[in-house]
Amino acid sequence: MNIWESFLTALDSLRANKLRSVLTMLGVIIGVAAVIALLSIGNGVTASVTSEIQAIGTNLLSVSTNFDNSDGFQTLSVKDVAALSDPLNVPAVSQVSATVGGMQEVIGGSQSLRTTVSGVTPNFFAVNNRNEFESGDGLTAADEETRARVAVIGSDAATSLFPNSFPIGQSVRINGVSYEVVGVLAASGSNFGSGNSDVYIPLSTALARLYTDRTRTGERAVNQIIAQAVSETQTDAAIAQITETLRREHGIVYAADDDFQIFSQADLLQTFNTITATLTAFLGSIAGISLLVGGIGIMNIMLVSVTERTREIGIRKAVGALKRDILAQFLLESMVLSVLGGLLGIALGWSIAQIASLALDVTTVVDAGTILLSTGFAAAVGLVFGIYPAWRAAGLRPIEALRYE
Amino acid sequence: MIQMKNITKTYHMGTQEVHALRGVDLQVEKGEFVAIMGPSGSGKSTLMNVIGCLDAPTGGTYILDDVDVSQMSDNQQARVRNQRIGFVFQQFNLLARTTALKQVALPLMYGGLNRTERMKRARMALEAVGLGDRMDHKPDELSGGQQQRVAIARALATNPSIILADEPTGALDTITGEEILGIFKQLNSQGITIVVITHDPDVAAVAQRTIWIRDGVIQEHHG
Repeated sequence: MNIWESFLTALDSLRANKLRSVLTMLGVIIGVAAVIALLSIGNGVTASVTSEIQAIGTNLLSVSTNFDNSDGFQTLSVKDVAALSDPLNVPAVSQVSATVGGMQEVIGGSQSLRTTVSGVTPNFFAVNNRNEFESGDGLTAADEETRARVAVIGSDAATSLFPNSFPIGQSVRINGVSYEVVGVLAASGSNFGSGNSDVYIPLSTALARLYTDRTRTGERAVNQIIAQAVSETQTDAAIAQITETLRREHGIVYAADDDFQIFSQADLLQTFNTITATLTAFLGSIAGISLLVGGIGIMNIMLVSVTERTREIGIRKAVGALKRDILAQFLLESMVLSVLGGLLGIALGWSIAQIASLALDVTTVVDAGTILLSTGFAAAVGLVFGIYPAWRAAGLRPIEALRYE
Repeated sequence: MIQMKNITKTYHMGTQEVHALRGVDLQVEKGEFVAIMGPSGSGKSTLMNVIGCLDAPTGGTYILDDVDVSQMSDNQQARVRNQRIGFVFQQFNLLARTTALKQVALPLMYGGLNRTERMKRARMALEAVGLGDRMDHKPDELSGGQQQRVAIARALATNPSIILADEPTGALDTITGEEILGIFKQLNSQGITIVVITHDPDVAAVAQRTIWIRDGVIQEHHG
């Protein structure tokens, strides 16, 4: 008897016991669905974090004070910004922007909003890939030079402060001083430091009116310097050049530690990827265990089924079934159960992933690799856990099997 | 057709040896209708298992259709059962939830026939036992007599050398039993060799010859 006939016989037999077949498959269905859903949610989260970080720019370097070595002072100053803006000092850096910021009460019309107000250099929006405006425009070099009292506000801030009017040309009051709104940023899709409710004013204005901290040497302090490397491959060179320049500017001696720290988006990306990969592997292995349990379920039912169908096996052997015919039939039964369970599991897992992507606001990714992995695993489960019951069935002696009540 | 010389069969039950057959000599010619009778524990069932190649004898030679089948492997025995022997059991031994047509086609499937040929032969066999109109019925939709006819059709379908029936009327009422015996008689008249194992004298009366077995040996032959 050929394998196709064995396959049809196995199908017949599974059809004859629909309820048992479905219950047996349930373990594999749930196992595969869990693998698909968890891996795709994991992949989706990874992809969304990665794209958000990449949207900010993987060639960005963020320099900030290292408070472990600063005696409580801010260490970055406008002088440092000027030094880093000189291409002779840092040839691997194409642009430098600086920010200083804190929480402030912002009043616009009859509304008020407690939010982050940052003083930024005019190129801040370009450097951070936030150079799109819902209306109006960004800050200009003239604004910076004249310490202009102008503000660019995030889209959420615009809706909260000016729910019924066009924000451009309106004024907002911060710490008793009024600023003219000159631009509204386009909403950023990013969940990651989106700043949609932030307010931005020129750096010089902020240093003069809001944030008057000084460094140890009496310079005006900034919180953060963002440097854009000329390309992603030049970030390491840029880090080295920035470190050298700042150590020289701050007069740090050879043996002393930096009083600043540099983070690259690439580092951040790598850290996130490591975390999410670990999480995905962790979730995947939990799901894998449930798939294994499903496989043991199949073996259990198949063993019961061999005992229950002893007489059937006896009849088949009496009329001429060979050992391998019985072996093939039972093995195919368990494989059909597991593969069919696997396919239903994929459908279920995919549905769960879709629901999760709506609920978690993450685009889940069901990739071919995940599907192949879990289908292959399900088939292997059927094969491995089907072998023993099938071997038992094939080994039954026809006279004993026929006598079995 | 069947030539048995000094067949013995010994079982080991724990440390005890059970001599179920102690030297059976048996000859059945082509076209015969033979009944094998004996009380329970006489070795009747063991003899049937050996004749049916369900079990190999411990000693002696068994020649079926000029082939020595006494020392065959499991798979060789399975082939002989498939091609040369048709079984009819007391409890019918049909597959549950399977239509009559598929039951009858089962040995043909294991014999390696293609689907079309299988179905053609299975239909012919079912028609031969008068079940042409019940082909798509499953066992639980058939009476006992009809189930036994399906079993006979299954035995017939492979066109075997002998049909071996073990108490074929044991689970049936008298009238149905007679119908079944009628079918056996009719098949025998078409030249098919039939061996019936029974303890029922009415069944044995239908046969041309009765062989008595007691304590593992053949006692006497009735003409």
